[in-house]
Amino acid sequence: MSQTFTKAMARNIFYGGTVFFLLLFLVLTFDTTRALPARDNRAALTPTVAHGKAVWEKNNCIGCHTLLGEGAYFAPELGNVYKRYGSKEAIIGFIKSRPVEGIPGRRSMPQFNLSDKDLDAVAEFLKYVSEINAAKWPPNIQG
Amino acid sequence: MQYKSQAVAKPYFIAAIGLFVGQILFGLILGLQYVWGDFMFPEIPFNVARMVHTNLLIVWLLFGFMGAAYYLVPEESERELYAPWLAHAMFWIFLVAGALTILGYLMVPYAKLAEMTHNELLPTMGREFLEQPTITKLGIVVVALAFLFNVGMTVLKGRKTVVTLVLLLGLAGLAVLFLFSFYNPDNVVKDKYYWWWVVHLWVEGVWELILGSILAFVLIKTTGVDREVIEKWLYVIIAMTLITGIIGTGHHYYWIGTPEYWQWWGSIFSALEPIPFFMMTVFAFNMVNRRRRNHPNKAAVLWALGTAVMAFLGAGVWGFLHTLSPVNYYTHGTQITAAHGHMAFYGAYVMINLTMISYAMPMLRGRTAANSERSQVLEMWSFWLMTVSIVFITLFLTGAGILQVWLQRFSENPQGFMVVQEKIALFYWLREIAGVVFLIGLGTYVASFFVGAKEPEALPEGAAASA
Ligand code: HEM
Ligand code: HEM
Ligand SMILES: [Fe+2]
Repeated sequence: MSQTFTKAMARNIFYGGTVFFLLLFLVLTFDTTRALPARDNRAALTPTVAHGKAVWEKNNCIGCHTLLGEGAYFAPELGNVYKRYGSKEAIIGFIKSRPVEGIPGRRSMPQFNLSDKDLDAVAEFLKYVSEINAAKWPPNIQG
Repeated sequence: MQYKSQAVAKPYFIAAIGLFVGQILFGLILGLQYVWGDFMFPEIPFNVARMVHTNLLIVWLLFGFMGAAYYLVPEESERELYAPWLAHAMFWIFLVAGALTILGYLMVPYAKLAEMTHNELLPTMGREFLEQPTITKLGIVVVALAFLFNVGMTVLKGRKTVVTLVLLLGLAGLAVLFLFSFYNPDNVVKDKYYWWWVVHLWVEGVWELILGSILAFVLIKTTGVDREVIEKWLYVIIAMTLITGIIGTGHHYYWIGTPEYWQWWGSIFSALEPIPFFMMTVFAFNMVNRRRRNHPNKAAVLWALGTAVMAFLGAGVWGFLHTLSPVNYYTHGTQITAAHGHMAFYGAYVMINLTMISYAMPMLRGRTAANSERSQVLEMWSFWLMTVSIVFITLFLTGAGILQVWLQRFSENPQGFMVVQEKIALFYWLREIAGVVFLIGLGTYVASFFVGAKEPEALPEGAAASA
């Protein structure tokens, strides 16, 4: 780089640019926070859903599945599983019926031995997530 | 080695390499589970192996960064480390806490671990990459603070250089952003929004500062190019990093319930994120071409150049591939993501650590500048084995990802996830084979520390072997 562009100028661009874009990011975050109530389905955020999220986290479901496209890519997307399965009962039935020893030769989901309360809560949580406005993602029901 | 206290870096580097081996072994388990579904089931389910794989990665990279700082800061500051004993103590605390956490993952069901560590008091577990029990997270904060205090005091009391300043900014940012891992609201959208403040703002923000400063340090040392020139480059690179990378976070806000204007902000700014990586490549080659001397540690120079190229490919090119929102709509959360994740992490953060270790370890082991010729040749073999196999891992995953997107999301009759996974199994087998080559490369790397250890040091190219 030429002599007319000095180290001090480079340093000033660094500090100035960083501060400016950090502030812009905070402004956008502020605006996002204001816009969220209309999109994030918070009306459905009952204590059951909160408990369902805790069950989801406590069993590390994200270690195999994606949720709204984030997580692991080993097992199906669950952000829209409520819509794919059509009911909470179908979701609960699936989780409950996982064989302890897995399915020979196939990717297997563990048997978590969840209580009825936990099962209902996690299904309710998945229903809540499926109703978040995710800008028409995923592209189709397969996730 | 100019200062005695630089020696504290050595255990950090050794631990880093050891954990790296563990990371790769679990990667191979994961890769096998992809095609042999119930391999090790139910003893080690996929999610457990994955946590071990990714957490070992993060922990060993952190060990490497800390080792790098302990080596580099005294030399730059021209004084001994403020408190070597503290660095030693933190080493053991971090190692034991890390080992206990990994053992916890492997020995008890995750839900049990959450109960044992009272996750309900401050629930932070069960989120990707942030699976550690809350108590471990608190431990990480303590270690990070002690570490920052130690290097910070050293810098304050000594010579201040741009390299140490940028390194400190990066490390402080790393610690501050990690605090967002303690924020876990019930609202999934908010949870995800701030989760990225740790993950994205780390790898596409403050970690790039750490990367840039370590690279600058190694280039100053190995090329002898004027510090002024290198520091100017460093400022420009990290300026571009943060100017593009902060708003670039928006490329994760397309489909998680956040407003749709993020599709514009995220696409435009993240499309510019390859620029700093490209500049890093130009910078590294420029400095090596303008070198004032031939450094005898050719392996370290190779690693430095390799870092610049592979970081650009993995983060810049493979990142750009899926960062525009109309593309990301289809690729989001597929094997394309995994392909990019592997090459970016390897190219940028694995390689910069191996660069620093390659540069510093000979001195830490009592050499004056470099390992023996034989040891370096082996190390360069490991460079090529690992780098070429990560390229193939990336290509196979990209192939898998393209087919996955096509069959599951794009074609006329979208098929179910599991159906598609079976159809693309061939690519997963190929990835696993490339993974085995990676492990061989890593074995070669470890061997290079022992082979030729008793032979005389390599001489710089062109130096007469008259001595
Ligand atoms: C022997 C080579 C390796 C194999 C077979 C392997 C395999 C895997 C597999 C199967 C996953 C899980 C993907 C999923 O969620 O479905 C994964 C995740 C991951 N691995 Fe590896 N891995 C290897 C080496 C590496 C290396 C060298 C790095 C770092 C440089 C790395 C970093 C990661 C990261 C960051 C993730 C999380 C990716 C994401 O969330 O997108 N792996 N790996
Ligand atoms: C060294 C720097 C980088 C590293 C280590 C890195 C690593 C990763 C990892 C591990 C993920 C997966 C996260 C998850 O599990 O959900 C990811 C996602 C992503 N990265 Fe990077 N990345 C880097 C730089 C970049 C750059 C420069 C770009 C853009 C040009 C980019 C674009 C993306 C995008 C768009 C995603 C989201 C993929 C999806 O929608 O599934 N990355 N990155
Ligand atoms: Fe990102």
